[in-house]
Amino acid sequence: MRACAGPRLGAAMMEGLDDGPDFLSEEDRGLKAINVDLQSDAALQVDISDALSERDKVKFTVHTKSSLPNFKQNEFSVVRQHEEFIWLHDSFVENEDYAGYIIPPAPPRPDFDASREKLQKLGEGEGSMTKEEFTKMKQELEAEYLAIFKKTVAMHEVFLCRVAAHPILRRDLNFHVFLEYNQDLSVRGKNKKEKLEDFFKNMVKSADGVIVSGVKDVDDFFEHERTFLLEYHNRVKDASAKSDRMTRSHKSAADDYNRIGSSLYALGTQDSTDICKFFLKVSELFDKTRKIEARVSADEDLKLSDLLKYYLRESQAAKDLLYRRSRSLVDYENANKALDKARAKNKDVLQAETSQQLCCQKFEKISESAKQELIDFKTRRVAAFRKNLVELAELELKHAKGNLQLLQNCLAVLNGDT
Amino acid sequence: MAAEREPPPLGDGKPTDFEDLEDGEDLFTSTVSTLESSPSSPEPASLPAEDISANSNGPKPTEVVLDDDREDLFAEATEEVSLDSPEREPILSSEPSPAVTPVTPTTLIAPRIESKSMSAPVIFDRSREEVQENIEEEANGDIFDIEIGVSDPEKVGDGMNAYMAYRVTTKTSLSMFSKSEFSVKRRFSDFLGLHSKLASKYLHVGYIVPPAPEKSIVGMTKVKVGKEDSSSTEFVEKRRAALERYLQRTVKHPTLLQDPDLRQFLESSELPRAVNTQALSGAGILRMVNKAADAVNKMTIKMNESDAWFEEKQQQFENLDQQLRKLHVSVEALVCHRKELSANTAAFAKSAAMLGNSEDHTALSRALSQLAEVEEKIDQLHQEQAFADFYMFSELLSDYIRLIAAVKGVFDHRMKCWQKWEDAQITLLKKREAEAKMMVANKPDKIQQAKNEIREWEAKVQQGERDFEQISKTIRKEVGRFEKERVKDFKTVIIKYLESLVQTQQQLIKYWEAFLPEAKAIA
Repeated sequence: MRACAGPRLGAAMMEGLDDGPDFLSEEDRGLKAINVDLQSDAALQVDISDALSERDKVKFTVHTKSSLPNFKQNEFSVVRQHEEFIWLHDSFVENEDYAGYIIPPAPPRPDFDASREKLQKLGEGEGSMTKEEFTKMKQELEAEYLAIFKKTVAMHEVFLCRVAAHPILRRDLNFHVFLEYNQDLSVRGKNKKEKLEDFFKNMVKSADGVIVSGVKDVDDFFEHERTFLLEYHNRVKDASAKSDRMTRSHKSAADDYNRIGSSLYALGTQDSTDICKFFLKVSELFDKTRKIEARVSADEDLKLSDLLKYYLRESQAAKDLLYRRSRSLVDYENANKALDKARAKNKDVLQAETSQQLCCQKFEKISESAKQELIDFKTRRVAAFRKNLVELAELELKHAKGNLQLLQNCLAVLNGDT
Repeated sequence: MAAEREPPPLGDGKPTDFEDLEDGEDLFTSTVSTLESSPSSPEPASLPAEDISANSNGPKPTEVVLDDDREDLFAEATEEVSLDSPEREPILSSEPSPAVTPVTPTTLIAPRIESKSMSAPVIFDRSREEVQENIEEEANGDIFDIEIGVSDPEKVGDGMNAYMAYRVTTKTSLSMFSKSEFSVKRRFSDFLGLHSKLASKYLHVGYIVPPAPEKSIVGMTKVKVGKEDSSSTEFVEKRRAALERYLQRTVKHPTLLQDPDLRQFLESSELPRAVNTQALSGAGILRMVNKAADAVNKMTIKMNESDAWFEEKQQQFENLDQQLRKLHVSVEALVCHRKELSANTAAFAKSAAMLGNSEDHTALSRALSQLAEVEEKIDQLHQEQAFADFYMFSELLSDYIRLIAAVKGVFDHRMKCWQKWEDAQITLLKKREAEAKMMVANKPDKIQQAKNEIREWEAKVQQGERDFEQISKTIRKEVGRFEKERVKDFKTVIIKYLESLVQTQQQLIKYWEAFLPEAKAIA
């Protein structure tokens, strides 16, 4: 699975993007596999080879390489939008056959609103700042935009890769259509009525979830998993939110360095004494150190915040699986009771028997696959955390060392001068 | 300030110093002529020293002239200063070489070469100017032999009458002080009182008196009320540091260092309470009114600036002021965000610890706990860095913003001085016209009166001119000194600040290096 080639951004937004600070250079390669450690598989390889950002939507180019007989060609590409990904995800969720699997969580909607707003505000405030400041801030915002863009591409790609790696889901017909059909799938986004239905379904589900989770499970494994997942999910949620705030503060501090650098530069060019060289050097230092600080913030965002966010979604998907299993257990128990009643009344016994058998089969099938899924989930999780934590530590070290060297060099020059 | 009239002993170094001098306008002929001493008859060693403490109301312009000229000889940074010195006359006019004075010449000449501390006790009584020179010399060489510390804030009293007392410790080898190390207890209003006295004596003749730290009614009220939270301890620390910097700046000023009020402030155990410093007192309100009046006057004075140097400098300071303010805003934002970062990192650390607890894979659980610990340590780092951001960088900037306001004030005083001179000239003109009229009307008694008035105003015009020249001269010197100090200050503090950044990065490296093997150990 190759990494994404450089995404193209809509002309309206990006001029002079090339001179922007290089936000995510060699780390891009790992971007896609940030949160999941998937085995590459010759039978079916999927990736997003290109992406285009337009006014209000993003177009992803989904590229497939496969040796499976199901496809007409061995290698092909189609263009898909976010709604089509959601459609695919929902089709999995609604499919009863997949009740026993953790459905890979849907990628979040691409959200450039905040970034766009900032760019717009910058445009409006152009008159009030120096040309230099304006260029600096524009570069900054463009880099931010680019980073968000790359992230959303990565998240859509991870979704597809997870599906492709799953032994059962990869055979899904909808998935193949998604990959191959080179026309628009015409999946309109859910209209208001459908969204409302979804809302109610979720409400019922969570109410149900409360009822159903009250049922004590005979199986120790599942009992343990349930307790674990409930707590874990909440804590991941909390950690993800706090990590977000932390990276944002980091970024704000980096932005301040930018302004300080500009002010020092102005001081340096206007001062009449011999301190102007000094100011100019310190201004340069702040500019450079700011780039590093911005990278630190971005890397923390990628390796920590994104990781936590992803596992927030996955743990929710795992919880959903448990819920479905509990639901089927309840159905099974109800079917048992119905069978007993039917036998007692000696009425519709055969019907009750078949019904009970179906429920039993369903329950056992779900239980079996769920067990494997949950074990896989743990393996994936541990691997992803390990990879990301190691990379986080390595990046933090790299940046701190870079920063240190910058500072020491600057101090050497300054001390040498005075 | 000393009423010392003794000219400097003319020794080896003297003539060369005059290389730096430019146009020898005899601006001070009249002044010099009032000096009783002549070069060939230097006073004996027993010249009374009581003059030193006599003038607690500030120097008279004439005395200041002499001192300043001495300092001029050694000051480097003044640009295009048209120096003149009464010493020129002694040198030029004296035939018998006055090089050897009855006042032990070796000890007088030696100070310039040897260390000040040796010379100070010997010659201080005789000639304060020598001490001044030496201080100036040493200042150029960066050894200023007096160190001030402000420490141990202590709350005294209770309720709304409570106040903080600070210990002011002085370490010095200057002989003007009776001991070499001593400390006193002072409260904030004492500092304000000191500044008010110094300002009233020196500002209007052109000296840049460092401004005192600002009052803060909110901050103090919290302290008085007894809130023992972090914001009031922060406030007290901020104030303590500001008071220390204020005193250090004040003693660095060679003229102010000589001031008896300053000495009294540093030395005497009891200080009369400065009551006129309360914000809402009668004196406080009067000050506010005066400030407003000044502002209006400034707008209406249209000065004929004959000296481009002043116009240039004023513009420069205006620019500098703007730039510093802008920078200050950014640095304050940085402090704020860094504090935020620290708080958020701490919150994340706790959250990560919880996550580690609930993680059922043992190795991962351990790694997450380690991560939480690292983040906690990093949070501490951020906090310390925020302190450095503030106390070094941000406070430096706000100090200088206030100092520049003082500089601008001094320029304004010069304008007022000019205005006074102008007014005197106009009045003189009127008096002359009146006299002419009297002549025509032939009223002998009125004529005499008119003549008297003319003489009076002629003297005033002369005085006005002298004052104006004097303040211009002082300002030039002061600005030169100020700029030098500014450059030094900024360089020192910014380098210190960068070093704090270096430390933070070094610590970060240590922490992450410790964590990396833990992360790799996840199996």
